[in-house]
Amino acid sequence: MTINGIGVSPGIAIGKAHLLRKQEAALSGVVLLNEADIAIETDKFNNAVALSVQEVEAMISNYDQSQGNEGLEILETHIELLSDPQISEDVTGKISKEKKNVNDALIEVIADAVQLFKNMDDEYLSARAADVQDIGNRLLRNLSFSAPTHAPHYETDTIIIAEDLTPSDTISMDTTHVVGFATQAGGRTSHAAIIARSRGIPAIVGCGVTLMNIKNGDQLILDGQSGDIIINPAQEIVKQYHVKRENWLKKNHLLRSLKDTPATTPDGINIKLFANIGNANDMEQAISFGAEGSGLLRTELLFMGRDALPGEDEQFEFYKAVALKAKGKPVIVRTLDIGGDKQLPYFNFPTEQNPFLGYRAIRICLDRPDIFITQLKAILRASAFGQLKIMFPMISNIQEVRAAKVILQQAKDELTKAGITFDKNIPVGIMIEIPSAAITADLLAKEVDFFSIGTNDLCQYTLAVDRMNEQIKDLYDPYNPGVLRLIAYVIEQGHKNNVEVGMCGELASDSKATLLLLGMGLTEFSMSATAIPEIKNIIINSLLVAKEIHQRVMEMDSSALITAYLQEITL
Amino acid sequence: MITKDYIITAAEGMHARPATNLVKLTKNYSSLISLKKGERTVKLSSLMNILSLGIKGGETVSIIIDGEDETSAIIAIDAFFEEELKHL
Repeated sequence: MTINGIGVSPGIAIGKAHLLRKQEAALSGVVLLNEADIAIETDKFNNAVALSVQEVEAMISNYDQSQGNEGLEILETHIELLSDPQISEDVTGKISKEKKNVNDALIEVIADAVQLFKNMDDEYLSARAADVQDIGNRLLRNLSFSAPTHAPHYETDTIIIAEDLTPSDTISMDTTHVVGFATQAGGRTSHAAIIARSRGIPAIVGCGVTLMNIKNGDQLILDGQSGDIIINPAQEIVKQYHVKRENWLKKNHLLRSLKDTPATTPDGINIKLFANIGNANDMEQAISFGAEGSGLLRTELLFMGRDALPGEDEQFEFYKAVALKAKGKPVIVRTLDIGGDKQLPYFNFPTEQNPFLGYRAIRICLDRPDIFITQLKAILRASAFGQLKIMFPMISNIQEVRAAKVILQQAKDELTKAGITFDKNIPVGIMIEIPSAAITADLLAKEVDFFSIGTNDLCQYTLAVDRMNEQIKDLYDPYNPGVLRLIAYVIEQGHKNNVEVGMCGELASDSKATLLLLGMGLTEFSMSATAIPEIKNIIINSLLVAKEIHQRVMEMDSSALITAYLQEITL
Repeated sequence: MITKDYIITAAEGMHARPATNLVKLTKNYSSLISLKKGERTVKLSSLMNILSLGIKGGETVSIIIDGEDETSAIIAIDAFFEEELKHL
């Protein structure tokens, strides 16, 4: 049986289930009779605060720094919450005015505060409800002057199964024995999830009530990437996951050791490794994989799955969120790339014989300047919040670039007139994905600040192969000498004309191609975030033979020879 | 009394960590320091109150300081918003 939740901390854990059930605090309904009672209950509260602060301070002084700073910061926050004047005022107010005992006053104040946070529309802030509950539980426990609870002892290879874990449960978890955990509640930004990631233990949250079908002692496999929990798996599956686990440990080690290392070749050239992203959350994840920016923000997501075009303000918020998450790192925003295989329910596309050769991307935008200028204004406004660049897709000739720039200028003029700030020198670039654009890269270079090679479409158009067609998928081959020559030419013309050249197609994340592309002189690779560590590893260890590889490949006349050669040298 | 507006440049908004540091910072001053977002004003001495404002990246908040050491407090708070909240 398999249960699926939200994988929040990648890795594979294999072990035995240990169920944690928490005790709910109950209201007593006691009514205080006189001032003396009120004084006693207020004292109890102040004592509980003092004891709780001492406990957390002890956790701070025993904190193992090798587990990352996240836990420490959370504990500091808990100290502030425990001694928070507002909580104190609310609790003592309930005691003195509503004549409630400290137990009931505290339960009610914490419940209100938890609800307040849960209702916030911000995912991060609503997850802070768990912190408030956590300090509330600690205070309640300390009301009864019971001895502080010690972290329980677990058998080796324990997987904790719980309705929810408080941040302090997670911080004090004994990871020499606990290899992973899964909870019924929780989200990606809960502190339990953050701690799990920083401590490197696989974790799954938000599994729902079915999680409680798991019994103590069940054998479990927990995949913190996919969010799958397999209960009492067959021996075969356990074996497969042991192999998966080994691989993951190796890869994770690589990822962690390389995250903050710049991607510099042995001969000292800095290579920019960017991520292809679809929204602000992707940007955040990309940075955690070591991305130095985004070479492709697909804006289609914003236009898909809805009934009408998004307005300027809504688009602005979307681009602004990405710019803020990028924290000053560059983000290349690709203007609307719909049509082809990407349809919109509210936009009437003509039925076409050849949608990939039809009305799509920049062709639509130039035909419908109303849609285009709305998007451009939104991007420009967001450029005040980060380092954004604008990129036009599906350019086939220089006139299209000029026409798009005229509309961009119009968008700038309108914003200037309205007194809205934006980056006046926002860089403008184009996708190189149509062969005519690649072949005229020298001409196009005069009009733009950067090129980004889209290898997927470039390959499909150069080879006249529909990449969705199963029958001819073998012909779809980015290692075709014709495609490689076009790529090399674009990079060369970029260098000659001082135009930055990047690549955002799949070839950029193909480890077989990395040295070849470096040899061609490519200095910016944009790919899915998870591919960055592997590509970075190749770049850092790349030999000066990259140029030589380029020479050799150019002499070859078939993709079979080329891929065999590249395979051989990457081994 | 000093009132000053700040734009929250950190993408995540006013998170627990910077908010904790801000509460700690204000404890060094005897002035009454408040934080205002929209119509709501709260005392900066309470982390609960700051977090309950749900301050997001890009939003504007006002700091209101009233007391004897308000001029030195505003310098420290200025530095906090300049440095800490920018680089999270």
